[in-house]
Amino acid sequence: MSENITKESIIKEENCVYKRTNLLVDKALSYCPGCGHGTAHRLLMEVLEEMNIQSETIGIAPVGCAVLAYEFLDIDMQQAAHGRAPAVATAVKRLMPEKFVFTYQGDGDLAAIGTAETIHACNRGENITIIFINNGIYGMTGGQMAPTTLPGMKSSTSPYGREVETMGNPLKMTELVAQLPGTYYVTRQSVHTPGNVRKAKKALRKAMENQKLNKGLSFVEIVSNCNSGWKMTPVQSNKWMEENMFPFYPLGDIKVPVE
Amino acid sequence: MKELRLMKGNEAIAEAAIRCGADGYFGYPITPQSEVLEYLMAERPYEKTGMVVLQAESEVAAINMVYGGAACGKKVLTSSSSPGISLKQEGISYIAGAELPCVIVNVVRGGPGLGTIQPSQSDYFQAVKGGGHGDYRLIVLAPASVQEMADFVKLGFDLAFKYRNPAMILTDGVIGQMMEKVELFESQPRLTKEEILKQTPWATVGKTPDRERNIVTSLILDSAIQEQHVNKLRDKYIEIEKNEVRYEKIQCDDAEYLFVAFGSSARICQKAVDMGRAKGIKVGLLRPITLFPFPKQVLFELADQVKGILDVEMNLGQMVEDVRLAVNGKVKVEHYGRYGGMIPSPDEVLLALENQIIGGK
Repeated sequence: MSENITKESIIKEENCVYKRTNLLVDKALSYCPGCGHGTAHRLLMEVLEEMNIQSETIGIAPVGCAVLAYEFLDIDMQQAAHGRAPAVATAVKRLMPEKFVFTYQGDGDLAAIGTAETIHACNRGENITIIFINNGIYGMTGGQMAPTTLPGMKSSTSPYGREVETMGNPLKMTELVAQLPGTYYVTRQSVHTPGNVRKAKKALRKAMENQKLNKGLSFVEIVSNCNSGWKMTPVQSNKWMEENMFPFYPLGDIKVPVE
Repeated sequence: MKELRLMKGNEAIAEAAIRCGADGYFGYPITPQSEVLEYLMAERPYEKTGMVVLQAESEVAAINMVYGGAACGKKVLTSSSSPGISLKQEGISYIAGAELPCVIVNVVRGGPGLGTIQPSQSDYFQAVKGGGHGDYRLIVLAPASVQEMADFVKLGFDLAFKYRNPAMILTDGVIGQMMEKVELFESQPRLTKEEILKQTPWATVGKTPDRERNIVTSLILDSAIQEQHVNKLRDKYIEIEKNEVRYEKIQCDDAEYLFVAFGSSARICQKAVDMGRAKGIKVGLLRPITLFPFPKQVLFELADQVKGILDVEMNLGQMVEDVRLAVNGKVKVEHYGRYGGMIPSPDEVLLALENQIIGGK
């Protein structure tokens, strides 16, 4: 070992293997420690930075935990009413077809109150990207049952577990929209391991790149954890997600463009 | 070039939208306003001016498309009728909160509920007093002719952009469906990207390195800052009340009695004024053109001159509350209304004046 290794000699541009994307605002995230939102935000901003489309991208934030997404993403953004992001994004894209437009929505927003807007934006084949974070619970309002809550899963409004006979079945929105002719690329990912993070980033990149092709809507579901809402540690919640969420919401591409 | 045409009120709205350089219309069919969307779909303005026309999956989606478009600095509008306008209220509140300019047309039909498809003026409260949640005001224009249907689209956009506030055209099935001669204003081009940047520097058109990111939101979690925001809105509404009051006085100079009516009711009252005058009754008409801001001052002044006021509306009595506030007890104010899709005749309006005001019953 050389004797003249100093901090300054190590911190050099050529030694940098990874750094925080410039498109994330330097601000503490409002998400709970251990939550997947932060990783999803970072991946999305890395994609925009790598594509060099910061000045051409308009994002639509939902109502839910990600309502404040615009506080962290250094791009022009709109905050939509609960569930309405796909309608808002539709107009933005139709009026400025040269721009890249995405929505970032949770399961309550996208799969309950915004079901109509989601299905119709997908069915019209709007040339946008929908990013769907599915953690099976209403996080922001304190852990109520979501449209994607699993059978038997406890929440503050299904305290004895979701009884499908009275509370209905969880909705597989991603499989549903994959059936529609307007969707071009539909995939389900996660961000709980380094390997999955890499796959999710590739999916997000593809979903944004697709907008250049003008061939329809790209839909990326990210199955995520909600350690606060699920009342688990982050590690426990990721394990629980693998054991319970993934069998019901299997990861992988559901609809891929025919080359 | 100016052009003279015979048109339905709803068609005039659509044609005026194209001519004033609108960037987008987002709508959903509902009687009695479907001609707006039908006309635009038939005209294919996208090929001529680049204007986007889209039939949304619901009124809810349509108003949120308006939100998205307006947030990009675009000139966008929607139209509907009463039950559809109820559905739009959430979006209208967000638009008002985020201070976005747009035009919303309500071709009113009788209610409540699904009600009837026949004309009514029963959405006055909803348009003027709120409708959606929170402290906000719409600029409300009440056309009384097909000509004004066309002109107020342009005026609505001008005011909406001047104040960064949604403007509503509150009309009804009578004006929407009837055909009249219209002098169409000259077409103006849609704004260029550069013009939009200049007019609406807050718009979300993509963050460039020379500026901070633009965020369009109505969410302000800090109560103290939310209060400041509402104060800013209040100051804007005060400014609108100061600058934008519009009304028409018909035969008011020597009037001893006064009708107050807006929109199609004003047309009916105008005839009743002529009939009254023929009988020797010195009656005039005050027609509020802006319902917000309401022409309070002129009513306050006319109240010193006349012996009594009959407010005529196609509803149970909504604007009459504003008339009474403006008159402040100086003279008798009564309401005469037909509703549920019924339209009063000039004879019955004149009779109501004689019975309720002149006869003093």
